[in-house]
Amino acid sequence: MAMLTVKDLKVNYGVIPALKGISFEVGEGEVIALIGANGAGKTTTLHAITGLVPVASGKIEFMGNDITKTPAHTIVGMGMAHVPEGRRVFPEMTVYQNLMLGAYTRKDPSEKERTLEEVYTHFPRLRERAKQIAGTLSGGEQQMLAMGRALMSKPSILLMDEPSMGLSPIFVAEIFSIIEKVAAEGKTVLLVEQNAKKALSIATRAYVLETGDITMEGPAKDLLNNDSIRKAYLGE
Amino acid sequence: MVSFFSNLINGLSLGSIYAIIAIGYTMVYGIAKMLNFAHGDIIMIGAYIAFSVITSLGLPTGLGILAAILGCMVLGICIEKIAYRPLRGAGSSLAVLITAIGVSYFLQNTALLIFGSNPKMFTPIIPFKYMTVKIGEFSFQTISAISIVVGIILVILLQTFINRTKWGQGMLACAQDRGAASLMGISVNGTISLTFAIGSAMAGIAGVLLCSAYPTLSPYTGAMPGIKAFVAAVFGGIGSIPGAMVGGLLLGVIEILSKSYISSQLSDAIVFAVLIVVLLVKPTGLMGKKIQEKV
Repeated sequence: MAMLTVKDLKVNYGVIPALKGISFEVGEGEVIALIGANGAGKTTTLHAITGLVPVASGKIEFMGNDITKTPAHTIVGMGMAHVPEGRRVFPEMTVYQNLMLGAYTRKDPSEKERTLEEVYTHFPRLRERAKQIAGTLSGGEQQMLAMGRALMSKPSILLMDEPSMGLSPIFVAEIFSIIEKVAAEGKTVLLVEQNAKKALSIATRAYVLETGDITMEGPAKDLLNNDSIRKAYLGE
Repeated sequence: MVSFFSNLINGLSLGSIYAIIAIGYTMVYGIAKMLNFAHGDIIMIGAYIAFSVITSLGLPTGLGILAAILGCMVLGICIEKIAYRPLRGAGSSLAVLITAIGVSYFLQNTALLIFGSNPKMFTPIIPFKYMTVKIGEFSFQTISAISIVVGIILVILLQTFINRTKWGQGMLACAQDRGAASLMGISVNGTISLTFAIGSAMAGIAGVLLCSAYPTLSPYTGAMPGIKAFVAAVFGGIGSIPGAMVGGLLLGVIEILSKSYISSQLSDAIVFAVLIVVLLVKPTGLMGKKIQEKV
């Protein structure tokens, strides 16, 4: 059974439909890429899943539970962490405080410390900057912090929204190699990206979103070799 | 010199009360992103609760203070739930502002209906024989010293709560980014309720202190201190707790010193003139954060 199932999901912003009834599945251990142009509804999809925008109709199921109407703050405790677009770190807090807020719903302090060690192993830079105020970090470092903060909740699925946005190629490569590492450790990943080439290169399967509809889906490799995808999203 | 020191103590005492009120204002602004203009009237309700328990029912003073704190706490939570929460996310901060003014009039008129318009004599929480402290030729009111001490204790407690507890960190997170806070598992509604509870409890304490220092209690008792505390919060930089503390203390001292040395009628004008000058020089207030315009 799929870990996350989205069935006929519709979301409206006022009278404007943002998602016109999309369906997709994320299986355990998969890395799913959701690609598409600006305004296609990628971010809205993630926001609907984690309860940041209300769902007009349809159903979202996570590990057998209906989470369609579950409020945002209870989602993380169920094992789903969302790394939002634009990173959204808490700018006036230190790196360490940000990370600890990622573990807000967890109780056992020694368990938290262990996860913190894991996060620091993935991102040695965060350990070096633990006492630095998050707002003074570079964009790439903030993205690492946002990811590390999400991992602090020990999620079974990680939702990532445009992790490459606004980053230098070196940081993009670093972030993607960490996503691969996290996935290799057994975490499920739902990745939303405009950088289709990068996303497809690490994903197992992918969905293509166009103005609120899913227009194509399949194994990432096939999409990477698909002519119309190459033309529309890979700039070839 | 002796009178200068007494004035200074009176100023710091009034300033501490302003600071306690201003902190409530500033916390609510920082976390709920709204100006709760009914905050001053919560002070008045707190004082009436203490008055009813201590003077009308003749129960012990401690019980009256406790009732004022708890009563204000519940009142604050209810006001937020009933009046402000339904408007949250409606996109208009003006609607919330107007509602807050409405709540303020509602509280004043409710007090008017229950207690009448005649001012009540509030029984100060300090027994008469301990009313003043004399050190050599130098004397001051006990309540002044208590106000200052209570102000300091409350600020320390609050800072510890915010920096050392999970709920406090949740409040800071909500103040910085509500959406991201909810993704961390922090209930935004719960955090805002908590903020109103703490701010209103402090307003209750301020009400008891204020009416012990100036013992006439009417339905409009909270209005002027409420506005002054708002000024103090802006003065210090709205959203900043240390700023509210400094702003409150400065405001109290400026007010009392101008009353004693310049003119008691002009003191409020002087207070507001200082505010205008501060805002002209530093628009974000003394300890306010820079507001970054999003492009």
